[in-house]
Amino acid sequence: MAEPHITPPRLTLRGITKIYPGCVANDAIDLNIEAAEIHALLGENGAGKSTLMKVIYGLVKPDHGELLWDGLPIDVRDPAHARKLGIGMVFQHFSLFETLTVTENIALALGEDAGDLPALAERIREVSEKYGMALNPDREVHSLSVGERQRVEIVRCLVQPIKLLILDEPTSVLTPQEVGTLFVTLRQLAEEGCSILFISHKLNEVRALCHRATILRSGRVSGECIPTEESSESLARMMVGDDTPISTDYPKVQGREPFLQVRGLTRLSEDPFGVDLQSISFDVQAGEILGIAGVAGNGQEELLGALSGEDEIENHDAIHFPHGAVGQLSPRQRRAAGMAFVPEERLGRGAVPDMSLKDNALLTGFLTGLVKRGLIAHGKTRDFAEQIIERYRVKTPGTETHAASLSGGNLQKFIIGREIMQQPKLLIAAHPTWGVDIGAATAIHKALIELRDQGAAILVVSEDIDELFQISDRIGALCHGRLSPIKATPQTSITEVGRWMAGDFGESMTPAETASA
Amino acid sequence: MDIDLLSNILYAMVRTGTPLLLVALGELVCEKSGVLNLGQEGMLLMGAVVGFVAALLSGSLIIGFLLAILAGVSMSLLFGLIALGFSANQVATGLALTIFGTGLSAFIGSEFVGKPIDGLDPFALPLLSEIPLIGKMLFAQDLVVYLSFALFFAVYWFFRSSRAGLVVKAVGENPHAANAIGLPVMRTRYFAVMFGGAMAGLAGGYLSIAYTPLWAENMSAGRGWIALALVVFASWKVERVLLGAWLFGLASILHLVFQGLGFSISSNLLATLPYAATILVLVLLSRNQVRARLLAPISLGKPFHANS
Repeated sequence: MAEPHITPPRLTLRGITKIYPGCVANDAIDLNIEAAEIHALLGENGAGKSTLMKVIYGLVKPDHGELLWDGLPIDVRDPAHARKLGIGMVFQHFSLFETLTVTENIALALGEDAGDLPALAERIREVSEKYGMALNPDREVHSLSVGERQRVEIVRCLVQPIKLLILDEPTSVLTPQEVGTLFVTLRQLAEEGCSILFISHKLNEVRALCHRATILRSGRVSGECIPTEESSESLARMMVGDDTPISTDYPKVQGREPFLQVRGLTRLSEDPFGVDLQSISFDVQAGEILGIAGVAGNGQEELLGALSGEDEIENHDAIHFPHGAVGQLSPRQRRAAGMAFVPEERLGRGAVPDMSLKDNALLTGFLTGLVKRGLIAHGKTRDFAEQIIERYRVKTPGTETHAASLSGGNLQKFIIGREIMQQPKLLIAAHPTWGVDIGAATAIHKALIELRDQGAAILVVSEDIDELFQISDRIGALCHGRLSPIKATPQTSITEVGRWMAGDFGESMTPAETASA
Repeated sequence: MDIDLLSNILYAMVRTGTPLLLVALGELVCEKSGVLNLGQEGMLLMGAVVGFVAALLSGSLIIGFLLAILAGVSMSLLFGLIALGFSANQVATGLALTIFGTGLSAFIGSEFVGKPIDGLDPFALPLLSEIPLIGKMLFAQDLVVYLSFALFFAVYWFFRSSRAGLVVKAVGENPHAANAIGLPVMRTRYFAVMFGGAMAGLAGGYLSIAYTPLWAENMSAGRGWIALALVVFASWKVERVLLGAWLFGLASILHLVFQGLGFSISSNLLATLPYAATILVLVLLSRNQVRARLLAPISLGKPFHANS
């Protein structure tokens, strides 16, 4: 039994299995994380990443398998126990309390070890300075930006002795610049001996940051590799398997005449935590995709609400279709004028969870002759739903299936299909591939490109900057309710859009950009 | 108005406000943890009847108060079991608790209606109670009133400086996040509910042993509801609960004051003042949405399941 290891790995998982009713979330998973290693856990939504990290953090009990901590078998009872061992976790959905200050939030997580608050505040200042994460301990969390909130979560782990830091999709809420800063911090931590488990589905980031990667697919380990030695394509293959198409580059095109014109759209938000739209102007041309980037909560919801007609605006002239101002029109009237809309929330807004796919198809499709004299044409509606399912390869038993029982990717394909089948002249899509697996995302992108090539004007609002660069012909960004300049995608860069996302719209171009401008 | 009359009004105001203060402090802690217990009136009545009967049969006021508290806690545990243990709708459970408590207290007390006991006497602190105007109000009261002062300061300190207070606030704001960082959500909520029960029980005992030492069916006369309104009125701030309790106390003795001064205003009309004030405060609060959202416990009334 003489293992060659002089020091055992910091954490070893052996045969971890977790079965939920109807699904095996983790199937005999083995994993080694060494000291001072940045280890990626890569996989699609539903591959079992979240369950596995909850097992490590003591939030979920595995059905089989064992954990070894510094070589010794251990049963992590609960998160408090995990923290005592030196395991820290940064959740994707922050576990913060908005009405409490940074210090109070951190004190809560530390339990009895927190000590008195002034001393803790001092410690928070020290740690945040040491790792380059500026943070004011006395601020209340509701006044912090998303990036700052993440810092609170990370600092919360670092004020205690830490040996393993788990980060769940930490970059999904950050601007590219903030991602860079985060990586500097993480590398510094690893150099000091802390192990890092970096959970992500973003291949570039894993390749840029991680020493080793374990790839999960459908609850099993489908591969282990050194990410720097792999290409994004080969990593993606391990994630999705051989039979799923992986997205490609799409040709960029020039739009024709503008379909949607927005001029000086200003709207004060009614929600206290909402964002005021400040004099937003842009065009979406027929035959192009305009992408709007931005970190969540910078006015996307408000802009989409104003465009879809769900929120009323004062200046009716601010939104124009070719035949005139539409600012006073209801969502239904705008749809009748050629607009289609794919909202961010699939369940509850894009589709009614407890209604069948057929009925959901009717919800926006009723304008296309599915309703005659106030009566539903059931046969036609079923045909319409069946066409959507067939054409967009929605995996479902049939048209009577409830929307809620579809996976996110399949439901999104159905919703986008429903809108595209109505042959809109303008399609507005919010976060079209959010939480969707690679296969479905590729299908959705292809459908959007196809619609574009048929001459429709398309507006895509997304937090996924890679996606926008892939499919948009022109690109801009929202920050604090203001819109950046809009540039043709080939003429800008992720760095520049990142600056826009952070609110820096200045014309401080790099020499290369100035030359090309 | 001479100073003696004013001094007496203030004295009566605090006495009348004391049961409101006790119930409202308990409900405040309960709501801060995210649990809305509308069963205050039922717990109050159970505390009153059990306290009175125990005091009458044992001849000891202390036993009366202790059993009153125990009755309140038992009722609150019943609420906790249904609303927390089985995640039932808190509003429905609370209403049921009030109806149950009202009926059960009438049943238990039917034999004891109108029987007298020697109630709790005021205990004037020497010297301090001689202070003009506020001496009688603050220092010539009975022991439960003094206890209510102490409890007020305790709850104030609890939320201001104690870690446990922080945990209660966190659990009430975001139980899922609290669970994720390892705070005992259910245990915290049970304790908060039980504290609410103990306070309502004590307030009930105060009504039937000290305030008017006798038992009459439905003697709480809606004080449990006023206390619930009071918590909203105070916008979940401890110091405003004290102010509000005394203000509401004053409003409910106003008709006596006006009678004394020779005005005739319907006492029923005056009794609506606390409710009118609460509605007004609610309107003012909801005008400013930021403040409204930051003040009320965000997860108030929402059941929590550990694995969702």
